[in-house]
Amino acid sequence: MENRLFMSSSPHIRSDASTSRIMLDVLIALMPATAAGIYFFGSDAAITIAVCVISCVLFEYLTRKLLKRSNTISDLSAAVTGLLLALNLPPEIPKWMAVVGSFFAIVIIKQLFGGLGQNFINPALGARVFLLVSYGTKMTQWTTPRGADAITGATDTVSVATPLGLLKSGGTLPGYVDMFLGKTAGSLGETSALALIIGGIYLLIRKVISWEIPVIYIGTVALLSWILGPNGFMTGDPLYHVLAGGLLLGAIYMATDYTTSPMTRKGAVIYAFGCGLLTVIFRLYTNMPEGVSYSILLMNTAVPLIDRYTVPKPFGGGAHV
Amino acid sequence: MKLFRGGVHPPQQKNTAEKTTVAMGVPSVVLIPMVQHSGAPCRPLVKKGDTVKVGQVIGDTDAYVSAPIHSSVSGTVTKVEPMLLSGSRPVMCVEIKPDGLQQVSEEVKPPVVDSRESFLAAVRASGLTGLGGAGFPTHVKLNPPKGARVDILIIDAAECEPYLTSDYRECIENTDRVVEGILQVMKWTGIQKAMIGIEDNKPKAVRVLKQAVSGIQSISVHPVPTRYPQGAEKMLIYTLTGREVPSGGLPADVGCIVMNVASVAFVASYLKTGMPLVKKRVTVDGSAVANPQNVEVLIGTPLREVFEFCGGFKSEPGKVIMGGPMMGVSQYSLDLPVLKYTNALLAFDKKESSIPEESPCIRCARCVRACPMRLLPFELDRLVKARKYEDAEKLHIMTCIECGCCVYVCPAKRLMVQSIRIGKDYIRRNRKK
Repeated sequence: MENRLFMSSSPHIRSDASTSRIMLDVLIALMPATAAGIYFFGSDAAITIAVCVISCVLFEYLTRKLLKRSNTISDLSAAVTGLLLALNLPPEIPKWMAVVGSFFAIVIIKQLFGGLGQNFINPALGARVFLLVSYGTKMTQWTTPRGADAITGATDTVSVATPLGLLKSGGTLPGYVDMFLGKTAGSLGETSALALIIGGIYLLIRKVISWEIPVIYIGTVALLSWILGPNGFMTGDPLYHVLAGGLLLGAIYMATDYTTSPMTRKGAVIYAFGCGLLTVIFRLYTNMPEGVSYSILLMNTAVPLIDRYTVPKPFGGGAHV
Repeated sequence: MKLFRGGVHPPQQKNTAEKTTVAMGVPSVVLIPMVQHSGAPCRPLVKKGDTVKVGQVIGDTDAYVSAPIHSSVSGTVTKVEPMLLSGSRPVMCVEIKPDGLQQVSEEVKPPVVDSRESFLAAVRASGLTGLGGAGFPTHVKLNPPKGARVDILIIDAAECEPYLTSDYRECIENTDRVVEGILQVMKWTGIQKAMIGIEDNKPKAVRVLKQAVSGIQSISVHPVPTRYPQGAEKMLIYTLTGREVPSGGLPADVGCIVMNVASVAFVASYLKTGMPLVKKRVTVDGSAVANPQNVEVLIGTPLREVFEFCGGFKSEPGKVIMGGPMMGVSQYSLDLPVLKYTNALLAFDKKESSIPEESPCIRCARCVRACPMRLLPFELDRLVKARKYEDAEKLHIMTCIECGCCVYVCPAKRLMVQSIRIGKDYIRRNRKK
């Protein structure tokens, strides 16, 4: 009997890149920040993380089932969203709020817009902002990090201020070393610059992200916060602004989200600059202490426009015959 | 040297590089299609029952963009009928039962070449079409449209496709003929300068070629970075000269003619012997092949017999590809023949043959970065699937060279270049109307 041969259009070989491998790399890259969060904020932080990841995966599974679509939890994207959401929440947030946030991220932002690759804003950030406007008080109650009593003068209180909050309200600012290691109040995964940078380097090495978005975003914030200092031109503290708040978490892990960032390098440069500019404006000229989430979300919505105006000129000029 | 943007680095798999080419001999039957080139089909000049000899013209046409077809064996014509080749419409094929004697036709004698015209006529009579895989008639290529001022002959020895080593073996085994061919082409076309482009993963070939052209001022050898699709005409021209072939244009538009290294070596041997293109060096490799090697095969030999010559299959083949794994054409049957431009035959086992399932685009932009033509493959894929052909045209879909880099890198395993082919075909057909 004739051997049945398989026919297909070239190419006949593929790289071993896969969506689930990319998502796994993001999870791996977030492990140092996750560990730092649990170390500094205790077991309640661990529970918050578990609740977010499990509920995101569960909502993904249930929504797909309800909509009669294929099961996609094995692509790990829901787990990434869950982890990112947890890292963007106050460590001791009421757990039902974390579930509500997960629902908003997965069901409303991701699946109702068509699932992976179709959402117009970053699901985790969208959910964080949703929670922030819905439950403002709980979303801004911060846990004192382990070993930081001396700085805040409080024990296990839930009303310590974040480094950016202190900048707005006045008070003793934390030192650079504490901020670098993560011994400051803030969202679960945003405080340890060291952990976030380690993960960022891993993502760069694995070529999951390119340098443009994080470097230009962070660079723009550093430059503008230095130029637009509190005591006049070039009196700002760029290092403080880079280490404080959600900038590193946002610039390395959220702004680089594939779905909600531009497709070309040129577009990425424009987008990252926009994120940086908006962040500085929010931080310096509004009554909000932090603006990373809003900045990225706003720039997310500008991505289709950026993509349209950054179509590359093809090799050979693209003139048609 | 200018580097083109994009490209990919698939595993090289040059397993057969250091194996000397082995001649296969006469198969039990040959099947010779009347189209083995891009251009007009040939008309069969023989009928069932005719006896033919090696090198005898068995198909020709008056059309300019075409090349005659010769018998690769001596024997008896057993069939002249249309047959379906992979990747084309049914074409007339001449089936010949070889007598095993390999008697050479009286038509075979060295051509008399004393002018540009007689040179081009000889190249046409040799049946030569681009041996790199595209199969464009060489005499047409060597006769660029009036007004085009060609000053550089580029010899493509890049061989950027994985597995392929037939051009490499040509450089090693036929070094002198390569150089002789280049000199002949330069002499009769009046081109003053030749550049041989070869990927730097072939240091031995670079060395022997450099040695062979030492003392010849007009020919230079250029190792170029190993990166697929470096051997694509437009990429190689850009790397060697910095000239960008305009979209929809020809190499001659930027003063270049590109010839494959095996093609140019064949010109030399034809001018010497008059034996037309009846055999071809073919890399036989792939996970299902028992004994991968380069084989010199008579054109028209059934694929089955080529694989049998290489020890048969060590596992059941799932896919058989003519050409490289990035741009080759999968074959539906092992009874199909080796063609003039066949440079490789790959047999993949069942596991390697399966196509991964498509999943949603995650907009990772890997395809955008890999595209050597600086296109937006993910967007073209979407537009073609939505049948928005005009929008796809505005995003330069016709500029795509179908190298497959986008699909190679895609983590979601999207069939982008496949969509683009459908879109291009649709647009082309609707233009003609």
